[in-house]
Amino acid sequence: MLYREAGDFKTTYAEDSQTFPIKFDRWRYWAVLAIAWLVIPFFVNDYWANAILVPFLIYSIAAIGLNILTGYCGQVSLGTGGFMAVGAYAVYKLMTAFPDVSILIHVVLAGLITAVVGAAFGLPSLRIKGFYLAVATLAAQFFLVWLFNKVPWFYNYSASGQISAPERFVGGIAVTGAETAPWAQYLICLAFVTICAVMARNLTRGSLGRQWMAIRDMDIAAEIIGVDPLRAKLTAFAASSFFIGIAGALFFAVYLGAVEVGEAFGIQKSFLVLFMCIIGGLGSIFGSFAGAAFLVLLPVALKVLGVDILGWPSSTVAHLQLVAVGGLIMFFLIKEPHGLAQLWRVTKEKLRLWPFPY
Amino acid sequence: MSAEFLYGVEVIINGLMAGVLYALVALGFVLIFKASGIFNYAQGVMALFAALTLVGIMEGQVPFSHIINATFGTDVHNFGWTVPALLAIALTLVVMIIFAWMVHTFVFKHLVGQEPIILFMATIGLAYFLEGIGDLMWGSDIKTLDIGIPQGGSMWVENLSKHLGGEDFYGFFIDKLDIVATIVAIVLVAGLIVFAQYTKQGRAMRAVADDHQAALSVGISLNFIWVLVWSLAGMVALVAGVMWGAKSGVQFSLSLIALKALPVLMLGGFTSIPGAIVGGLIIGVGEKLFEYMIGPMVGGATENWFAYVLALLFLVFRPQGLFGERIIERV
Repeated sequence: MLYREAGDFKTTYAEDSQTFPIKFDRWRYWAVLAIAWLVIPFFVNDYWANAILVPFLIYSIAAIGLNILTGYCGQVSLGTGGFMAVGAYAVYKLMTAFPDVSILIHVVLAGLITAVVGAAFGLPSLRIKGFYLAVATLAAQFFLVWLFNKVPWFYNYSASGQISAPERFVGGIAVTGAETAPWAQYLICLAFVTICAVMARNLTRGSLGRQWMAIRDMDIAAEIIGVDPLRAKLTAFAASSFFIGIAGALFFAVYLGAVEVGEAFGIQKSFLVLFMCIIGGLGSIFGSFAGAAFLVLLPVALKVLGVDILGWPSSTVAHLQLVAVGGLIMFFLIKEPHGLAQLWRVTKEKLRLWPFPY
Repeated sequence: MSAEFLYGVEVIINGLMAGVLYALVALGFVLIFKASGIFNYAQGVMALFAALTLVGIMEGQVPFSHIINATFGTDVHNFGWTVPALLAIALTLVVMIIFAWMVHTFVFKHLVGQEPIILFMATIGLAYFLEGIGDLMWGSDIKTLDIGIPQGGSMWVENLSKHLGGEDFYGFFIDKLDIVATIVAIVLVAGLIVFAQYTKQGRAMRAVADDHQAALSVGISLNFIWVLVWSLAGMVALVAGVMWGAKSGVQFSLSLIALKALPVLMLGGFTSIPGAIVGGLIIGVGEKLFEYMIGPMVGGATENWFAYVLALLFLVFRPQGLFGERIIERV
């Protein structure tokens, strides 16, 4: 009854083209935002922030980034880990080189630097397509990780080869470093997630997003109807890398605090983010959130079930987790290639007709 | 001849040997890709799984012993017997064939006609699944695989090549294992070519690779052929797993050779068996030479990325690889 377009009269063009055309969706959107901003910060404790909420938020940004490239523009990338590393090292260099500038600016700048790097690695996509491109992005993954390992300038010649985030404040409150309160970690990530999601959603709704989708559906046909593939592909790489760079910067500065590049941003990370996009739903911003939530919660749930309840050794549970993730990927691809987002779409469609479906 | 030059030659020879092993993994990819259009990322994990199974059978391990012990409170690990290498290899082959059948029946049969990229992602899921299963079945500790392949530097080659250089040259150092691997790879490739060219099933396989529907219309069972190619890929994976496992122990990093095989495929083209071999050799020699000549200047460990960057640059000029079919695109 509640979920209807009927009776919701739009009198301006702006209203007509808004993101959520259904009133219920708008209310839901504001309710989710209100809970995330006004309720959770008061209840969040160290365990929830570190095990679930902060990784969920950061992976959401990364998944949104990859979803723009793979889901909207159809260019499969296995270089996500490498681009996250670019964001992390960029923010580290900026933080140590300009300690007086706000970290918020540093994170955005790190995103922009990653966008430039991403666009550079996107150049071959004009010639190479499909699998060949997927493998070509591995070059970015391995080369970047190697670069950050081997060139001491990137880690400020520290003896361990690690980078660790110095303490930085936003409005007098520590957001990086060891003293950070869980709610501060949570809120700074939430701020970036909110802005990134709104940006991404509107990018994909606009002219640029339509160009990306045209390229994804068939690049030659898109070229014939006047989409410039050079522009569309490179902007997709740049926009995608921008978000991934921000995610990498937050992952290092806010979440981990200290990072060894091969461990934190290895090929496994690329696959993890790709899986989030697949399970969540390619070509959907909501799907990025759903996929990130699913793959962050799954290990936690399995650990609680296996180690705490059944009493299995944790290594066995870790292997079971691999089996579960792999099995779920195959299951989703067979049953629902469009992921959790499609389930959500189907539910909404049903809700619209409820209680009198035809 | 100067020692410098001879060491360069040694690097090239070792690169060729490593290249043969890359080619071996790449071959498994090409087989499946030609017949079913599936780009099988799980090939490396299949090699790992095959090697794990082989070691497990040889040592008489109880599969899933960790879970059994954790659930029932028992303490079983071994059956208490050992199996001779040849019998164990045969049993592992049977396991790989069962695995091929299961993969086809439970996963890829349901994905026929999907976009290639969806199939590719499914194989990534398969890789994770198989890695987890392998660890659950046989445990994740590093195992040594010893089926009687000679190892260590070959004195014969060393003595033979000693007189080529001057005082400071001690002959080529070539691992016996690499020599054996090369011979096995050559035999395997020859066998596969004979199989594909001269046997009934091999011809059916090539027919399916050419055109699914035409093959179906002349009475070739697609299901059977697909199980067959997955089994063949499993066999190639077993050989690759044995060679790499004997070289550096059976452990997770073994599955990463799949990643190394990807640039090989890109160079050679996804659909060409000779391409896989030539690509493997180029990558093997290229990365060893690059590491030998340029590596020390930039801090070493260039082997991690050289192959990918080489393939990337190469593809910009020839997007279908060396021997791949020409890409023709229509709207």
